[in-house]
Amino acid sequence: MTPNLHLWLIPVLPLLGAAANGLLGKKFSRQTVVAVALLFSGAAFAMVLLAASRFSSLTTPHIEYLATWIRAGKFQVDFSFYLDQLSLVMLLVVTGVGFLIHIYSVGYIWEEGGFYRFFAYLNLFMFFMLTLVLASNYLLMFIGWEGVGLASYLLIGFWFTKDSAAAAGKKAFIVNRIGDFGFLIALFLLIKHFGTLNFDQVFQGVVPMGAETGGAGLLTAVGLLLMVGAAGKSAQIPLYVWLPDAMEGPTPVSALIHAATMVTAGVYMVSRSHVIFERAPVAMTVVAIIGTLTALFAATIGITQTDIKKVLAYSTVSQLGYMFIACGVGAFSAAIFHLMTHAFFKGLLFLAAGSVIHAVSGEQDMRQMGGLRTKIPWTFWTMTIATFAITGIPPFAGFFSKDEILWRAYQASWVYWFIGLFTAFLTSFYMFRLWFMTFFGEYRGVAEDSHHEPAHDIAHADTRAGAPAPHGHGHGGIHESPRLMVVPLVVLAVLSFVGGWIGVPGALGGSNHFEKFLGPVFHATTLGAEGHGVATPENESEGPEPQAGHATELIFTGISVFAGLLGFGLAWLLYYRDPQLPQRIAASLGGLYQAVVHKYYIDELYAALFVKPLIAGSALILWHGIDRDVIDAALDNSAHGAREVSDSVRHMQSGNLRSYAGWVAAGAAVVIAYMIWMGTR
Amino acid sequence: MVPISYYLVLSGILFACGVTGFLIKRNIISIFMSIELMLNGVNLSFVAFAAQWHALSGQIFVFFVMVVAAAEAAVGLAIIIAVYRTRETLNIDRVDLLKL
Repeated sequence: MTPNLHLWLIPVLPLLGAAANGLLGKKFSRQTVVAVALLFSGAAFAMVLLAASRFSSLTTPHIEYLATWIRAGKFQVDFSFYLDQLSLVMLLVVTGVGFLIHIYSVGYIWEEGGFYRFFAYLNLFMFFMLTLVLASNYLLMFIGWEGVGLASYLLIGFWFTKDSAAAAGKKAFIVNRIGDFGFLIALFLLIKHFGTLNFDQVFQGVVPMGAETGGAGLLTAVGLLLMVGAAGKSAQIPLYVWLPDAMEGPTPVSALIHAATMVTAGVYMVSRSHVIFERAPVAMTVVAIIGTLTALFAATIGITQTDIKKVLAYSTVSQLGYMFIACGVGAFSAAIFHLMTHAFFKGLLFLAAGSVIHAVSGEQDMRQMGGLRTKIPWTFWTMTIATFAITGIPPFAGFFSKDEILWRAYQASWVYWFIGLFTAFLTSFYMFRLWFMTFFGEYRGVAEDSHHEPAHDIAHADTRAGAPAPHGHGHGGIHESPRLMVVPLVVLAVLSFVGGWIGVPGALGGSNHFEKFLGPVFHATTLGAEGHGVATPENESEGPEPQAGHATELIFTGISVFAGLLGFGLAWLLYYRDPQLPQRIAASLGGLYQAVVHKYYIDELYAALFVKPLIAGSALILWHGIDRDVIDAALDNSAHGAREVSDSVRHMQSGNLRSYAGWVAAGAAVVIAYMIWMGTR
Repeated sequence: MVPISYYLVLSGILFACGVTGFLIKRNIISIFMSIELMLNGVNLSFVAFAAQWHALSGQIFVFFVMVVAAAEAAVGLAIIIAVYRTRETLNIDRVDLLKL
């Protein structure tokens, strides 16, 4: 008998925290709010650790049934939880990084209004994200999927009195709905063809089906629709536009939701559905192409951004592109590996950026920073580790995962590899650009003395009043963040440093424990030997690799490290040695540079193509045409009609009793005449 | 024996008189008396049929009508007195407050 791990407690604990803080938090003191939020998110983390410690004794997948949700004929959806290697990794990332970011938020958000609201939302997010990860069927996963979207909306619009924040929240929510539409249709297709949404049963139904090499069929349709959903949630082309705007939210939110966990839900969902994707080569190709384009596209935009958080946002989009490349070439475990290391270093980057922003009193423009290296040493050193990790310099975490993806991409097609490599170079360039602009050179911001804002606690006394100046912690002067913020930075820095060592590839003398750990998830149901067409790289790597493969892999590793170093060198040249040079280059590029600075005018294009026609159509046809002229008009006209009829009839009621008597008599006469007429027939 | 048609014709004449009085009279008391006339016209046809068919139910019905008429007279006269006290008239055409 398998042990009962009470998996349902893992999502429900943060829900309790959210309920306590959300319903009663207004009356709590700040200390109580923090205690509640940390207790419940920490308890969820502890539960996950407990599950992880007993994981080896389980038969995977380990499914725990809690209750039946929907039953209609043979179709049944349960509240049941699915624990296997994949969801365990996700659980550890979500609760671990989530807990650290909870701690960090205490220091970051301490002086803001709506303190309890923030932690209630953060816990609510944890609940939905854990539901998403633990769900044992697509519908429960969809609940979590929608829920994290809700939490994301609430947190982006946390400073809702600021117009741009409210608009960014709406944008994120609406763009995500477009993706969810695809996800939903995929679910309907699955119900229609398999009559169930449980992972086990769906995959059992899919496994006997061969790969759809000849043409697109059901699995291709499902795969593409799932990818639409994943593109919405994970900010891929063409639905990536919401993520950069989402940076309006508080920085810990950007770190937790828009870098480390929620945006990776799409990668998780695609990996979870790998059985479907592996049998739909067209869908796989689409996934890989979308990932490749997104990685390159977002990286080029990232080069020109000057807002420190926007750079990181485009970097996130780009890194998510890498994960989709990995999914698209069938290297799901590499995707999850990168997802995990990315959660560490990108979470750290955002938290460190938040610490920088905190230090310079709310300034986010890197042109106003510079020379912060000595003033905020903890932030500097942790951010340095994260920067080295994301740029793929060994032996930091990002190196192993990114290298794995590039190697697998090369095995599928050299195009993916080349663009990925170029993106790695761009990544390295913009990350070191950020690093040099922020921490080196001269401080370019306003003089330190002017940062004194003695009235800051009055400004923050109320949520609504405090909202327009979200980061205005007027402590005066550039200062290192409180210890509550530094500790999570250090922990994440350690993870960003060593996190990649669990997946050292064979070529570098390791044994890739991570891939072996995830193996049962991704191998158990892959195409058998008789499955024709799709050559899954996992299958190839299972046997002992030939020595020549190792040599080639080493060469490629060398090339990608070189690309990273090249980016570093270029950034050093442009932003450290000769800071005037970038402007001259920008001027000489002219129109191209302007296009990139304006993010290729994609937002404007979408506004012209979709938003404005939709608003105009809604106003003219739906509002004026249908709502006002049909629905309202029907109601108004029937009321007017009733009034006019009564106006003409009311004169019968004259108040003259004898006329009433006359009407009664006349009526009686009519009735009598009718009866006589009936009687004589 | 008087044929039943005689009774019925008399009953119809009485009823028609009642209706006519009800419609043309302006005095409330007269209208009230016209109503009594209509009731009695109907009563006559009830008893006539009861005698014709040797059925008691017609006669019993007449008793009921008389009881109700008595009750109605009590209430109606009370209302008439109340109307007279407030309006100082018994002309039905001037009791016309309840109109648009």
